[in-house]
Amino acid sequence: MNQSLSINDLHVSVDGTEIIKGLTLDIPKGEVHAIMGPNGSGKSTLAKVLAGNEEYEITGGSVLMDGQDLLGMEIDERSRAGLFLAFQYPHEIPGVSNANFLRAALQARLPKGEEIDAVAFYKQMYARMDELEMDRKFTGRSVNEGFSGGEKKRNEILQMMMLEPTYAILDETDSGLDIDALRIVSQGVNAMRSPERGFLVITHYQRLLDYIVPDKVHVMFDGRIIRSGDKELALELEEKGYDWVKEELAA
Amino acid sequence: MSNAVAEIESLQPEPSAEFQGDWFTAPPRHEEPENLPSWYLELRAQAWHQFLETPAPFRTDENWRFANLKQVEFASLKTGEIVDEIDPIIAETRERGLRDVAARFIFANNRLVLSETDGLPEGVICEPLIDALLAHPELVRTHFMQEPARLGGAKFAALHGSATLSGIFVHVPKNVVIEKPIEVAHWAGGDGTTIFPHALVIAEAGASVSVVERHRSLNESDATLTIGLADLAPEDGGQVQYVCVQHLNDHSRQVQLNGTRVGRDAKAVSGFVNLGAKWIRNESVSRLTAPGADSRMLSANLADGDQEFDQRTLQLHEAQHTFSDLLYKNALYDHARTIFSGLIQVMPGAHYTDAYQKCRNLLGSDEAEANSMPGLEIDADQVKCSHGATSGQISDEEIFYLMARGIPAQRARQMISQGFLNEAISHLAGEELRDAIEQRFEERFAVLA
Repeated sequence: MNQSLSINDLHVSVDGTEIIKGLTLDIPKGEVHAIMGPNGSGKSTLAKVLAGNEEYEITGGSVLMDGQDLLGMEIDERSRAGLFLAFQYPHEIPGVSNANFLRAALQARLPKGEEIDAVAFYKQMYARMDELEMDRKFTGRSVNEGFSGGEKKRNEILQMMMLEPTYAILDETDSGLDIDALRIVSQGVNAMRSPERGFLVITHYQRLLDYIVPDKVHVMFDGRIIRSGDKELALELEEKGYDWVKEELAA
Repeated sequence: MSNAVAEIESLQPEPSAEFQGDWFTAPPRHEEPENLPSWYLELRAQAWHQFLETPAPFRTDENWRFANLKQVEFASLKTGEIVDEIDPIIAETRERGLRDVAARFIFANNRLVLSETDGLPEGVICEPLIDALLAHPELVRTHFMQEPARLGGAKFAALHGSATLSGIFVHVPKNVVIEKPIEVAHWAGGDGTTIFPHALVIAEAGASVSVVERHRSLNESDATLTIGLADLAPEDGGQVQYVCVQHLNDHSRQVQLNGTRVGRDAKAVSGFVNLGAKWIRNESVSRLTAPGADSRMLSANLADGDQEFDQRTLQLHEAQHTFSDLLYKNALYDHARTIFSGLIQVMPGAHYTDAYQKCRNLLGSDEAEANSMPGLEIDADQVKCSHGATSGQISDEEIFYLMARGIPAQRARQMISQGFLNEAISHLAGEELRDAIEQRFEERFAVLA
């Protein structure tokens, strides 16, 4: 079986307008791939489609996760099967505490009738929160409610650490972060890097890739990957700007 | 008993013409001691008279706007049989109630079946109403049934006054703080049984007390009626919290009338939690009588099937520099129907008032109906007031977020709805109390289709 998150000729539309236009990408376990691209290139749409957002219509192509048909699965099934999306704009869930939310997510992964070990759960959660320099008070607060931008992003990484996915997609996790938060969040991600886990890091800026050093960099434009390379590509892109790729493409 | 009283009591009452249906012909009574104070006998005789005189709710009465008047047609009701099997009631009350209480009382069909008062600090009077009437008649007299029902429920209040010998009297002396809550459970069973839970709670200056009342059914089939009244009076610097947790069976109806009278720098929290019943009517009045008075009014309600919850509130600012905040939340499913009508009234001269009112409805079905009528009447200056009502559905984005963490769709909806209700609960003092209420909601959501 192919141990990768494998996207093949994916076409996606919303309200009849095609946004992803035949995208092919293979993220093997153990690797970190970055997708860079200008606003409106379809990066975030790709992230949401992979997670199962039903606002989008898939008009062609396939996505296989370790050989399993990802697009045939419900949103929650995908998560339980090992996919994780760190949201660009994490939602606020009033009245649901962070701890209960995480607990419910972990509980959903257990066989029917089996109960989560509360003591072990809290121990693990506190350890992860310490790594992310999150105050303990966040366990009792409603999910993302009243959190600053940086706190929300840390909370996404906390969820990733607790759920231990096989493939993690980070959608513009760096946006809205100051340099300290960026460092902490990146440390969290780097600590999760393993031969058993693949990452897709979506970002607009090269800055994040100083902290999370990718194995491969892809440039996305107008719904397609137009160029792939190693981490040097990100630096080149930063230096020359997106127009450079666009011009090359046009030439 | 004086002759005058005997005379009033012997009046052959005519059933009120406006009251549709077969109404009572005599005050519903059960066995009682012979030496009840004469002022009480007089008062309840007058109350019965007032009950007969007071017109039944009618459609054009603003206080009954949108109300389902069919639900106030009561067939002749009775105080219910003595409940013999009390052990299961006691066991169930303990299991589902709070572990850590200062006192616990259990009533079944208006009669006391359990009283535990070991956890009370010295000087506190916390007794079944019937005992307090005998032991502290003058103290009870000063406070008993002193507030008029202002929101349409006068007829029910009068009936309650004519009949109640059930419930508790609590008097907390100056500067005594009761840390743990007092829990009172009222059980009702037998078709047509009416119970009259009464709670009269006075906290003197600097004193503090929390009372949790639970209304339950003895079985799932009997149609009972609960006509309850809670009178809360935190005096200068005192604090009273009262919550009525209603979880009756889906054939039963409830009228619960809450009144608070908040003194100088005092604080009152008055809450309703509605989980069960076929129809309920809650009226809650809070009078802010002196500067520094602070009143919170809370409600969290889960209605499904064809349940109807009708709630009316009044935040009455009578003095300067007073504060009130109301948050009522309804989660509705199926054909459920709710009514919220709330008025903030700032009396002439009650300057520097801060008053807030919010009613929020979460609609879990297209057929559910939430009616909201917020209102403001301001006759003072330098006033900060806001009111608002919203109705909405769970957003797809919220569901997506929870599902993207592996939580199945139905559980996700449950969690979001419960979170919505928890917001109102979170303002109550007492972690065990909040947890217990959340637990009840969780159980209720778990069986929701």
